[in-house]
Amino acid sequence: MFLSMNWISDFVDFTGLDKLKLISQFSLSTAEVENEIFFKGSDIDGIVVAEIKEVNDHPDSKKLHLLKVDAGNGELIDVVCGAPNVRVGMKTAFAPVGARIGEITIAPRPLAGYTSYGMCCSEKEIGISDNNDGIMDITDDLANGTLIKDAYEVDDIIFEVDNKSLTNRPDLWGHYGIAREFAAIAGRELKSLDSVDLTKYDSLPRIDMKIEDPLCQRYSCLQVENITKNVSPVNMRIRLFYCGMRSINLLADLTNYLMLEMGQPMHAFDSRKVEKLRIKRFEAPHMFRTLDGVDRNCDENTLMICNDNTPVAIAGIMGGLDSEIVEDTTRLTLESATFDAVSIRKSTVRLAHRTDASQRYEKCLDPELTVPAIARFVKLLTDIDSGVQVVSSLTDEIAYSYPTRKLTFDKKFVDRYTGIEIDNDTIVKTLRALGFTVETEADTFNVTVPSWRATKDVTMKADIIEEITRIYGYDNFEINTAAVPLYPVRAAEEKTMEEKIKDILVKRFSLHELHSYVWAYYDEYKDLGIEIEDNIKLVNATNPNIETIRKSIVPTQLCQVKANTSYAPSFGVFEVGRVVEGLKEDGLCKEEKKLCITLFDKTKSVEELYIYLRDILAVITDDLRHASLSFEAIEATHSYEHPRNLNAICLNGTCLGTIGIVHPVISKKIDKKAAIVFAEIDVKAFSGEKNNSIKYVEPSKYPEMEIDVSFVSDKYAPIGKAIEEANCPLIKSVKLLDTYVDDSGKSITVRILFSHGERTLTKDEVMEVVDSIIAKLDAQGIPMKK
Amino acid sequence: MSEKVTALRDELVSKLNAATDAAAVDALRVEYLGKNGSITGLLKGMKDLSIEEKKDFGQKVNVLKEEAGKLIADKFEEIKNAEIIAEINSMPEFDISTPANLNRGSYHPITLVQRQCEKVFKSMGFHVEDYSEVVTDYECFEALNIPKHHPARDMQDTYYLENGQLLKSHTSAAQNAIYKKYKDALINEGKPIKAIFPGRCFRNEATDACHENTFFQMEGVMVDKNISISNLIFFMKTMLSEVFQKDIKVRLRPGFFPFVEPGFELDISCLICGGDGCPSCKHSGWLELCPCGMIHPEVLKAGGIDPEEYTGFAFGLGLTRLAMMKYGVKDIRDLNSGSLKALAQFTDDE
Repeated sequence: MFLSMNWISDFVDFTGLDKLKLISQFSLSTAEVENEIFFKGSDIDGIVVAEIKEVNDHPDSKKLHLLKVDAGNGELIDVVCGAPNVRVGMKTAFAPVGARIGEITIAPRPLAGYTSYGMCCSEKEIGISDNNDGIMDITDDLANGTLIKDAYEVDDIIFEVDNKSLTNRPDLWGHYGIAREFAAIAGRELKSLDSVDLTKYDSLPRIDMKIEDPLCQRYSCLQVENITKNVSPVNMRIRLFYCGMRSINLLADLTNYLMLEMGQPMHAFDSRKVEKLRIKRFEAPHMFRTLDGVDRNCDENTLMICNDNTPVAIAGIMGGLDSEIVEDTTRLTLESATFDAVSIRKSTVRLAHRTDASQRYEKCLDPELTVPAIARFVKLLTDIDSGVQVVSSLTDEIAYSYPTRKLTFDKKFVDRYTGIEIDNDTIVKTLRALGFTVETEADTFNVTVPSWRATKDVTMKADIIEEITRIYGYDNFEINTAAVPLYPVRAAEEKTMEEKIKDILVKRFSLHELHSYVWAYYDEYKDLGIEIEDNIKLVNATNPNIETIRKSIVPTQLCQVKANTSYAPSFGVFEVGRVVEGLKEDGLCKEEKKLCITLFDKTKSVEELYIYLRDILAVITDDLRHASLSFEAIEATHSYEHPRNLNAICLNGTCLGTIGIVHPVISKKIDKKAAIVFAEIDVKAFSGEKNNSIKYVEPSKYPEMEIDVSFVSDKYAPIGKAIEEANCPLIKSVKLLDTYVDDSGKSITVRILFSHGERTLTKDEVMEVVDSIIAKLDAQGIPMKK
Repeated sequence: MSEKVTALRDELVSKLNAATDAAAVDALRVEYLGKNGSITGLLKGMKDLSIEEKKDFGQKVNVLKEEAGKLIADKFEEIKNAEIIAEINSMPEFDISTPANLNRGSYHPITLVQRQCEKVFKSMGFHVEDYSEVVTDYECFEALNIPKHHPARDMQDTYYLENGQLLKSHTSAAQNAIYKKYKDALINEGKPIKAIFPGRCFRNEATDACHENTFFQMEGVMVDKNISISNLIFFMKTMLSEVFQKDIKVRLRPGFFPFVEPGFELDISCLICGGDGCPSCKHSGWLELCPCGMIHPEVLKAGGIDPEEYTGFAFGLGLTRLAMMKYGVKDIRDLNSGSLKALAQFTDDE
């Protein structure tokens, strides 16, 4: 919304104050002001009122005229002018030699064989409207030579307030409400609005009007006739233009002016079309043509203004074409009303038609405003057109009133909320400046909220705090840390572990953390041949490609890997992210937090890469849980899983997730040669597992003994099991030394470390254990390799 | 006889001089000092000498023996030194100017910024909480005093799911749960609620360089008997100064959010120009950073906390925006792009 400092100055005397500074204070105390401030009139200088005394046709041009202009300095000036509307006796805006328009300083200029000593200007050229059809036609009685800037309010400071920052302030949708804020900020008086006393028309007939629907809170109307003027005064037109509105005609301009001044939208009907005003909804949807000529489908929830049973306006949004003021309108019915804000908002959304009026109604306008707006309208109208007659009494029906809001609080409450000292006088002065009625009893304040703040904005004590502090100024706050009792704060295990996992993966294994989206990307999955698994869906995704929530991060990561294949011949990525594994019994989503890792490698065999990933998981488990993982082969159930080598990752008997190889079809689509493996584990389940404490074992002072022994076996598991089952306390560790394949098949060499804490070992006792392991394995068909 | 001793010595010296490696020296050692060596052999020719002569000659031979041993040892040492020098000289100069192979991993920039923020608040005794991404209407709106018709609830802003749940549109959705979790400790034990909760948020909107449908925020709340606006400004200023590692100026403007009263928009002095005005801050000197305010009494009530007795502040920091500002990321979409070219640049930054 654009705001005019001139307009605001109608209501507050800013003498001696820096207006720009006030605007920036307004931004900090009330609502955000956009950065760009417009200094209207600053780009013209020296333009005066002048009268055209002679108009002669140019001998060689149909368009140009040769004028003699009286600019008030006692001589007639020769001017060559191309405007179509020149006529003798016309007063216009004239830029004499030496005047400035924008970058141009006017100088004598040869034009089509004649010299022009100045320029007649259009309203657009002097920046007061967008009318460029002809030169300005001044009808006011002004002496020639009068500076335009003295005659009219051309100079103004215009600033823009972000509408979003006014959503909760219905009172700030007009200049008068804004002026109240400026008055409070500047510490100056707010002047009252000039208006007329409408009670003097009480004896006139009432308008036939009835509210038939509770969505209309208040409806006030008045009839006037004998309007003779059609064009608004220049100053009014300038203000409307500067505030972003186009001048139409006097009546339309006046309703707009009132809306911009008081925030109250108004509408003028041709009285012939609204003899029986009824405000109601229709039972069935119907088409209605608004005054912009568009047919709109109004459903049964849309509140309408009607002439008996014929709709004439969409309440609070826009009038109808048929009831508009036309040439032969003699009597008009002025509407000033308040409607239910939510209803207006919903209708706006349904009709996809937002207007200046509906925008204001959505904010919960003050119903107390309807009558003063009419009184002000009549005052402004009669000032402009003195012959206007009011021909009805004020017809005013109230269907809903907001309760008077009274709040009581004490100084302690303010102190506690602010944390600083704001004295009682400041509190009282601030609230009164904003229109609150305040009575004090020692440190207690009894406050009545003004009607324009009581529709939804100020309803409780905490709201009062804002009023006091924002005018006090947050920049003036002394800032302090909080005085609160201290207690130890224990970090949440899951969160801490998540961060440690990231550290291990980044620092030790050089993996890259990526982020992704929580839904399946249809296109990308399809490209790779990954099936979109059925899961809960978004109901209103603007992009249908992202409808289904993912069940696993693995497919997401495969898409990411595909996009990065040219990054390096080998890399690994990971994410701690969310998935939804369907619904729980209570119907809510079963959301899980997963750690997903995918490795891509063109330099390693798939086996090496797979085992490397296993080691990464083992390191995490060893580091964070001081425990070892076990694996159990499982059946593939997802399209991206290779049916071989898919294993459940288990810790203490709990399954935490899976490790596997990417299905060859998908793997080849990502890269023909690379090995790609993945693992996904449940972070919550992992962090829920016991963290074993570190058990210190004193190093033996006696020599240890290492025995290397090889077995012909495909798998390590039986060897590990046999060693474990030997249950020998002398065995301190077992290491995989080597695996190799020769004619006799795959062989596995292990190194077993024996040690005793209190004495030197004998070869015999060690070999006895080793022999028993060898014998046991041999019995299972796993011979020792000689 | 003594001429023989002298001659033998001269012979050894000249042979030693000619020797070039340890093997040759060792051969000389055997030749002269071995069991059958020349010097030992000298003693064999002594039988014809008188006792006096024997004594004299024996002494000379022993002197020679000792001297020869030393000469040989010296020669050994000399050759060993020469070898070390040769080895040193044979060492090439390596090219240390080649680019280092870092082979390092990377954190997501959000993780880095999140950690920096968490560190500051942890140091001031705040809990760091985690929260789900799928939430209920109650958590996201109802409990936050966002009435049914509020624009924030419009379908175009929030992703709704088939079961009526939704993807949280702001981290404030966790507030109610946090209050409920800590309210007993607050009320019964007098332990103030101090918590931050970073998390992923979702908005149903088209994406471009400045808009993402998936982004991160960090919510923070503090509730106790006398928490004030003054405290709020202090914590915001402290946190931001710590995160940016310099004194950050902050200012508050009134801002309307249903879950705070009073509500503020917090601006910080522009990080690029320091407040003088530049294109980044649209020449205002300030950057709008985060909404905050005093927790609305209805929100405290919904969390089981009596607003007559307790007050608190809340803020919602845009972590994604913060990361972009901190690292100069211009296109928000880079963050969720999964592109290693973009994201592998972010190493540890604490």
